Amino acid sequence: MMKAPVQRLLGGPPIAAGMESFAEHLARLGPAPRGNAAMISTLEASGLLGRGGAAFPVGRKWRAVAERSDARAVVLVNGAEGEPLSAKDRTLMTARPHLVLDGALLAAQSVGAEEVVLYVGSAHSAARAALSRAMAERSSTGEGLATPSVRLVDAPARYVAGEETAAVHFVNEADARPTSRPPRPFERGVGGQPTLVQNVETLAHAALIARFGDGWYRRAGRGELRGTTLLTTTAAGRSVVVEVELGTTVAEVAAGIGESRESAHAVLVGGYFGGWLPIDRAWSLGLDPHELRGAGRALGCGVVSFLPNDVCGVRATARIMEYMAGQSAAQCGPCVFGLRAIADATSRIATGLGTSDDLERIGRWVGQLAGRGACRHPDGAVGFLYSAMTVFGDEFAGHARSRTCSRPRALGRAA
Amino acid sequence: MAGPPTPQQHVSLHVDRIRCDGYGMCAELLPELIELDDWGYPIVRPGAVPDELLDHAVHAVDVCPPLALRLRAVAASRAA
Repeated sequence: MMKAPVQRLLGGPPIAAGMESFAEHLARLGPAPRGNAAMISTLEASGLLGRGGAAFPVGRKWRAVAERSDARAVVLVNGAEGEPLSAKDRTLMTARPHLVLDGALLAAQSVGAEEVVLYVGSAHSAARAALSRAMAERSSTGEGLATPSVRLVDAPARYVAGEETAAVHFVNEADARPTSRPPRPFERGVGGQPTLVQNVETLAHAALIARFGDGWYRRAGRGELRGTTLLTTTAAGRSVVVEVELGTTVAEVAAGIGESRESAHAVLVGGYFGGWLPIDRAWSLGLDPHELRGAGRALGCGVVSFLPNDVCGVRATARIMEYMAGQSAAQCGPCVFGLRAIADATSRIATGLGTSDDLERIGRWVGQLAGRGACRHPDGAVGFLYSAMTVFGDEFAGHARSRTCSRPRALGRAA
Repeated sequence: MAGPPTPQQHVSLHVDRIRCDGYGMCAELLPELIELDDWGYPIVRPGAVPDELLDHAVHAVDVCPPLALRLRAVAASRAA
């Protein structure tokens, strides 16, 4: 029998019921303690890693900002969620806005920030409405948000708008394109101040760790890395947000959403910045940053997407590469021209118009783009394509050489 | 960590990818360390610039039209 899932961020009233009010939130969890220097040590001890995609140690990030803040830092709450397959951030903001606000205030108090910016995807209207209402509730109950000041900023609906330098750039100059580093946001960010850019799920975890401690946080989890994580799972066109302990296997996640090993042939882990795994390789794999690294993958933003048997992996890959090329911020030559050329060649192969030359070229280009953009958009895109060429190697070759596809629903909407 | 390079320090080449417009002069002046991709943008060999190429590297940095090429000190622990 399966163990009951540990629900922390998604605990409490049903998520489908919508926003948990401030009164309900306080009745269920009690008030959040104030953030301070000790809180940063607690976060370090918890081992919490960022949930925006890069899995950077959270305590270390807060400390880097605190050391530079001079009480004038800025906390940029990242709810841009531009990844097309991800819905966990907007789900959390919509249903548990007070947990996100708790985490944001805690971060501001801990690092010494006088300003909090809620940077929320303009397409996520329910999330923005919930956060606005949550802020109003706090003002009317005397739990005002005067210090630090909190404001809501609409993030453009572009893939790279959530990249941390792009987020800072947009808040500063209404331009959501990444900037060259250095400086990094923790050195000089919003308004030129040291800025903590932190994903909304990460802040919600911090809000619970502040209440219950790092020991409590570490009680969940299967492997060396502890805690729970939100996942956005997709199977047969249906998307479900779940919370699981780190280390939960792909098989368990599949069982939870009614997906079987026989109905999918590959799994996309980590979203468009992530990579494919064959279903047999993925099935017993634990969703844990360490274990995934061993399989050459990363949890990224927590996307686990099952590719149905009848959908061609080459086609699904070509569609995503087309999207990634179109989402370039169009600033850096290798990304502008390289991703476009790669996406075009991949599309030709997928539709049976490609040649072995196309296959040879994308094989070469895939190795040339990483590290050659101001941000990591080209790195993510070619990393994803590389995984596809590994997992669907035979299919790529079949498409390119004999122009055949073994999957009936070649044009199906996959992943 | 990083700072203005001094003669004793190792330096490495960095391209500001947003500034770079693919003029390609760097690859002409320093083919030992820089090649161009299919679209004319530089691919820089990673690691410290060898001492014998330092003058050429400095020259390539000086003539880059959009000032996209830079030399940065390599952190001591990472110096080749």
